[in-house]
Formats: sequence, C-alpha cells, structure tokens
Amino acid sequence: MSDKKDQTIDITVDFSGGLEILFSNQKHHALSVPAQDSEGKPANVGFLINYLCQTLMTDPRADLFVLGGELRPGILCLINDCDWELEEEDAYVLQPGDNILFISTLHGG
Amino acid sequence: MQNGDTNSAQNGSISSVPRDTSRPLTEEELDRYSRQIIVPGMGKEAQLRLINAKVLIIGAGGLGCPAAQYIAGAGIGTIGIVDGDTVERSNLHRQVGHSTSRIGQTKVSSLITHLRGLNPLPTYVAHTTHITPLNAADLISQYDLILDCTDNPATRYLISDVCVLLCKPLVSAASVQTSGQIIVLNCPPTPQGQLDGEGGPYPPCYRCCFKKPPPANAQLSCGEAGILGPVVGLMGVAQAGEAIKIIASALHVPPPAEGAPRAPPVEPTLLLYSYSLTSFLSPFTFRALKMAPRKKSCFACGEGSRERLTLEGVKNGEPNYEFFCGLGGGPKAGVLSEEERITPREFVERVQRKEGKGKYVVLDTREKEHFSFGSIEGAVNVPFGKLLSKAAQLERSGETPEVEYIVPPEVKIEDEGEDVPIYVVCRRGLDSQEAVEKLKEMGLDKGGKRKIVDIAGGMKAWKEQVDPSFPYL
Repeated sequence: MSDKKDQTIDITVDFSGGLEILFSNQKHHALSVPAQDSEGKPANVGFLINYLCQTLMTDPRADLFVLGGELRPGILCLINDCDWELEEEDAYVLQPGDNILFISTLHGG
Repeated sequence: MQNGDTNSAQNGSISSVPRDTSRPLTEEELDRYSRQIIVPGMGKEAQLRLINAKVLIIGAGGLGCPAAQYIAGAGIGTIGIVDGDTVERSNLHRQVGHSTSRIGQTKVSSLITHLRGLNPLPTYVAHTTHITPLNAADLISQYDLILDCTDNPATRYLISDVCVLLCKPLVSAASVQTSGQIIVLNCPPTPQGQLDGEGGPYPPCYRCCFKKPPPANAQLSCGEAGILGPVVGLMGVAQAGEAIKIIASALHVPPPAEGAPRAPPVEPTLLLYSYSLTSFLSPFTFRALKMAPRKKSCFACGEGSRERLTLEGVKNGEPNYEFFCGLGGGPKAGVLSEEERITPREFVERVQRKEGKGKYVVLDTREKEHFSFGSIEGAVNVPFGKLLSKAAQLERSGETPEVEYIVPPEVKIEDEGEDVPIYVVCRRGLDSQEAVEKLKEMGLDKGGKRKIVDIAGGMKAWKEQVDPSFPYL
C-alpha cells in the first residue's frame, strides 16, 4: 500500500476566460498529481480543485476560484472537453492523460 | 427603415411576411445570393427560408455588428436590431458596422445605414431601446430566431428566459480580452418544461449551461478589461453562421403537433476561442466543448418551470435579474475613515505643492497597460493583483512585512529618519481602498506612525478634478 501512496498521475490542466491570472498567467499546465487523497481514496476532480488551490495558485484571491467549498459560480469544469455534468462532476476519478479545463463564463460583447 | 419601437400595427405586418418557399427568386435575389445558393446543401428552398425569416439581433456592438453584416448579406428578410446606446469613438476598433462620421448617432440607426449599403433588400426594424423585462417579450415574439449580442449577465439570463417562454432558438456569444465563447441554445425550439417523450434529449437553455452568474467582483466587462476586435468579431461572425445554418435547415420552426416527427436535437456545443498575445507557439486555439442537454433541475425549462417562470412574472420583475446577478448594490461603499482618504484636488493642494519630492510615495495599483499611458508624477506601479500576491507570500513566509517588499527598491520610503506617507491610487477608487486596508493589516502603517491614504475616486477623479487632458482609459 505504501508505494501506492507515493504514486502520481500525469494530467494536463487548462485555464481560460481570465482564470489563468490566478495561476501565474499560464493557461496550460502539465502536472503530476497524487493518485490518492489523504484518506487513501483515488484522487477525483474535487481533490484536484483543492490541490490546485494549494499548490498551483499564485494569486491569493482563492475566492475567485472556489467559493463556499465549491467551484465558484460562473466557472465551468470540462473533463476531456465534456461538461463535467456529463461525467460525475467533482466525483470523477482522475485517469492518466486526462485534460481538465476550467473556464470562466464571459459576458462582454 | 421601419420603426419597431411603438407601432404595434407594424408588428402585425411583419408577421404576415409570406412563408412560402415555392415562389421563384427575383432576378436581383438570384444574382445577389447566387454564390451561397450553389453551395451543396443550400439551394433555392434554403434561400427562400432565409428570405422569409425574421432575426432579432440584440446589441449593436462588437458581436452585433459583424453578426448583422453576414445576416444582412445572406438575405435574411426581416432584421430587427435592439440597442439603446450611441456610437462612441472607442467602439470603432471592433464595432465595424459603425463609422467615424456617425459618432453620436444611435447605434441602431448607424448600423442599419451600414447594412442598407450592403443589402437594401431586407426589411430593417429599429428598436432604439435597451432590452428590459418590460419590453423583452414584445420584442422577441416578433422574430423567429434571436442573437444575444449583449454585454452583461443580467440581460443574458433575461433573453434566455424569454426565449424559453416564447419557444425561440437563441444563438448566444460573449467575449472579453482575448477569449470568446458561442453556443446555440433551445434549438430546435422546445416548449418550456418538456423533458420526456420522443425526440429527447432536449436542447439546453442558458441557465442549463450557466446555472448561476459569477459574483459581481468576478465579472469582467469590455469597457473595464479590454477586448481585441478580431476576437469578438470572430464570435459575432460565428453567430451569423449558426443562425444561417439553423434557418436554412428549418430548425428554427417551432415543433410540429404532437406525434409528428421532430428534428433531431442540435448537439449542445460550446465553442471556445482564445489566444495569447505573448505566445507565438500557440497563436490561437479553438475548442469545441460538449455540453449537457436540457436539465430536469433547470429553473427556466426544467421540471415545474412553468409554475416559476412566466411571461407575466418576468414583466412584473420576477425573477429579479439585477439582484440575481448581484448588481443591485452598485460600487462598494467606502470602508475607510475620512482621514484615510483624500480627493485628487486636495492631494495637489495639500501634498504635491506643499511637500517636495521624496516626502511621500504614490502607489498606483492599476494594471501596467493603464499605467503606461501616464500617472501622477513620481508614482510607482504595483498592480493590485501583484500587491495581493506579495502580501500573501509574506504572510506564508511568516516574515515581518516591510514596505521595501511591496514597493520597488529604488523608492525612497524614509526622509530624515521619518517614514514618509503612502498615497494609493487606482483607476476608479475601489482597489485602492482595499489596498490601503491590506497595507494597514500588514502593519505597514506602524501603528499610525506612517500615514497610508487613499486617493478617492482614482485616476478617473484625477482627470475630472486636476488634469482634464489626462489619458484615462
């Protein structure tokens, strides 16, 4: 079990629609994230969101990304280019090679 | 130009446009539209559907101008344009349906002038007003298909709700800075609350895809955050493309009586466009994102929606779109005390003229693009986001914050052993108040020994009170 604890999954994470300003102004990130959360359960998207806040976010305005423990209203999460509501939302278990995209909905015109 | 603002008799005449797709095309129509008619999949019938169709373009700005050009060029027979604004010079880099000579005119009449030059055949209907809960149903009911080319969330939810209620397909797009989005909604038009039965899954509405608006502090407008012309232009052109596709294939026609075969749902797809001004490795990106169909839980079109969302309710202010989008409060009330604030005029009289250089620091928290056009003499630029990042870094490291960590090292922060005061200025006077609070929270005021003061109203007020020639953006 102990070796599994140190395992990681390689995924890519993209930010768009202005969210990239919270993550060192970089839209594309190739990451190795822990395969398990602290309780030993397989890492899911909910875990990833927390992980991103703690390790990747450079701007302290976390409330522009997470509000009340959930993804902020106005942000869509797409798992391999599909709305996460077509998957299992934050319960979706990360798979190697996944692309997770966070976009802020736009209103200008 | 018809005026659609007041005359209801005209509404009747608009809806009596012949829907017949069997008549021959006139010689002018044949000539004018020949290059699109011969495209595989088009043909005479599709062209007549375009000619018979009535399209409403809400917003005559960065999306509406390019969209309207192609809608008019393709020969859509009746084109309504809704906008209450007038043309300004700062619109013209992206709102290409207007012109320098028409600055000051209403956007609606300016755009229709342009469209008439392009194609005199369509009937153009001017709605020189903003869309509101009071007039939305009257406007939308006169048309077959709606383009949302507006610029704020409250209006976007309103338009989508009324399109659901009136069973109209909606092509919605939005854009800011270097990103754009477009999605076709409620197409084929599907009655409110219909969830089961043949022909499903049903198409989503705006609320199905974007359940809640972002909080007001996270909403970016083009006026505040900027916008590149080609980015918003591409989205507007794509809206026209989707509209033409829908009408040519008769997907805009309301569903036939129960039991009759239905058109298959349009696969809900959000097209995302973004590019980076600084990276030539990936000059632009298109991504087609698969969205979920109509949701049972949707407020507007889901289960039980007929009880909560009605045309009469919308007219009577229910739901309250401004409140829903957090816009009721206006700018945040001042959080600082009186001695923590100074007007630009007082700053010039009491500080700049009395104290010499080196006796105070001006911290400008605007983005560097704004700062590059000028600031108060001697000001140092620390953008608001950077300031907050630095503050957070310091907090994490546990070090005692010093002014040197916030302002660049060359800035003199002491004079003859005394801490010089810091005056904070931003664009309109909101970020600067938060910055003053933050700096004090970090203890940089040394318990009151160093004054940290907000220049009230920002560079906008500076331009009004001190320097009318200041290039405020």
